[in-house]
Amino acid sequence: MIVRISDDSLALACGADAVAQAFVQKGCEVERVSSWGMHWLEPLVEIDGVGWGPVTPDRVAEIVDGGADDLRIGTVADHPFIASQQRLTFARAGRTRPTSIDDYEATGGWEGWKRARGMAPLDVIAEVTESGLRGRGGAGFPAGIKWRTVAEAQAPRKYVVCNADEGDSGTFADRMLMEGDPFQLIEGVAIAAYAVGAQTAYIYTRSEYPHAIAKLEEAIRRAAPIIAPLHMEVRMGAGAYVCGEETSLLNSLEGRRGEVRAKPPLPALQGFMGYPTVVNNVLTLAAIPHIMAAGGAEEYARLGVDRSKGTMPIQIAGNVKQGGLYEVAFGITLRELVYDVGGGTQSGRPVKAVQVGGPLGAYIHPDQFDIPFDYEAYAAADALIGHAGITVFDDTADMGAMARFAMEFCAAESCGKCTPCRIGAVRGAEIIDRIRHGGRKRDTIELSPVMHNAPKDAGRLPEQEIGLLTDLCETMKFGSLCALGGFTPYPVMSALRNWPEDFIRDAKAARDESVA
Amino acid sequence: MSGKEQKIGEIIVEHSAKEGPLLPILHDVQAEFGCVDAEAEMLIAAGLNLSRADIHGVVSFYHDFHQQADPRPEVQICRAEACKARGVEALIPAAEAAAGDRVKLSTVYCLGLCSVGPAARLGNDMHARLTAEGLTKVIENAR
Repeated sequence: MIVRISDDSLALACGADAVAQAFVQKGCEVERVSSWGMHWLEPLVEIDGVGWGPVTPDRVAEIVDGGADDLRIGTVADHPFIASQQRLTFARAGRTRPTSIDDYEATGGWEGWKRARGMAPLDVIAEVTESGLRGRGGAGFPAGIKWRTVAEAQAPRKYVVCNADEGDSGTFADRMLMEGDPFQLIEGVAIAAYAVGAQTAYIYTRSEYPHAIAKLEEAIRRAAPIIAPLHMEVRMGAGAYVCGEETSLLNSLEGRRGEVRAKPPLPALQGFMGYPTVVNNVLTLAAIPHIMAAGGAEEYARLGVDRSKGTMPIQIAGNVKQGGLYEVAFGITLRELVYDVGGGTQSGRPVKAVQVGGPLGAYIHPDQFDIPFDYEAYAAADALIGHAGITVFDDTADMGAMARFAMEFCAAESCGKCTPCRIGAVRGAEIIDRIRHGGRKRDTIELSPVMHNAPKDAGRLPEQEIGLLTDLCETMKFGSLCALGGFTPYPVMSALRNWPEDFIRDAKAARDESVA
Repeated sequence: MSGKEQKIGEIIVEHSAKEGPLLPILHDVQAEFGCVDAEAEMLIAAGLNLSRADIHGVVSFYHDFHQQADPRPEVQICRAEACKARGVEALIPAAEAAAGDRVKLSTVYCLGLCSVGPAARLGNDMHARLTAEGLTKVIENAR
């Protein structure tokens, strides 16, 4: 009897090691595999295809004896959460041992790599272009076009840099892929390097992901003979959210402050160390092996809607009953994701808001839940897909506080290079505070240290402060150098638009008090 | 040559063949000494043929690097949106009480455990689905 338990860091955080230990003590053979992505069931235990979860060590004896029916979920692969997905990038999730090259090969690994190596580099790029693959990091730029620019640039050296600096709250797909299927990322990076003529590739990831770094390093060691002569290296960031922006990332990789660079020049022409560089996100590169395997590009282009092609690994997080990784073709609605897949809130209270796309994404009101998951549809609704993380909030959430947090986060993480982001975020937090405390009142101007330059006789109503906040957000949106300052207005303005009562609630309470 | 000079020299040599070796060097120096202080900045600057200002600019930019060592064990608590949605803010007073002056509490924005928060990290160990009691236990066990 082989017991399969994930060693993904999320499973570990939920106590998977202790459960594995308990099975070993019972004399069972334990195999550590990647996570299926059904996070509410972790630690998930799988024996001969049948699953139990979430398992605690004291339930192990019952499971070994064939009991623990309350935890049994039946055949794991047939669970509705898994069966309703279209898994391409996460096809191996839950099925293989992450750093086993045998498991990887047995499940179609290196097929794309082998086929690509038999083709001319420009033909590889043409096929990636045909697949319709767009960058999965947030901007959604077509991958093939970026590759072609690098391939056609004349330079003595070229690089591939994998942006694995997934810092958005509510996202964990990169982490799961690096921990669960590192060879797939390595294969994708190797194909990209071959296609553009790069000799060196870097995977830049976060210091918050120690398990992913360990798995990747191990996998790169094992894959080295296969991808030779390409040199591949993992680099660890140092706790700076802004380094997820591609030009900040390049500066950081070079050993500088992770400040944003002005574009142009594009990194595709002057990237790492000034040489042409492909910078792609983890999920973009991980989609490549499937696309490059025979017939993959055609299949990819057939999935999805309009210009949003293929599948998207969607991360369902926050206050949700069934959180986890859900890979599906573009076009699914938020309503289906939150209620059908996610099962509503964990707390059992009504859903108030869903933030899509990480800390820089808009807060979506339940009235808008029928909007399909697709780049253009989201852009039209003044929202963004970003890294496809969806974070659910119940009705206890204070959206004014969340808007303030967005500004606070931007202030804390701003690289400081451009004024709208560096100063605007600080100002933004101040204005939201004033709105929530009833506007700027004459008798409080002198008390507040942040208003030293305000005219002493000018009070301001909350409504006027809201006008100021709107104006500030416009300035940040259009005047910032990168997405950190430029997209912070999305969570702020969407919260203000949809839940204005959460901004002036304190003000109203203060007024009511004074009237009474 | 002091022991520190010797050790930092070794770290620099180990990474010198890398393109852009500064971040890996700073990570190793901090792991060895618990911080990258003024003396370390000067030694690294000399080793890489840069000015101390160049090094200081980088050290002060990143949240991970500290200019003074803190001997206390550190517990990182995720306070980003997904963990907020799952109630992390309500756990903070209990965490602060448990930490006292003995344990350093720090805030991180996302440990990638967004579907099972609130989450915290101690060393390389991750903890999820934390309650006030669970987090208190993590902090009390921090060494």
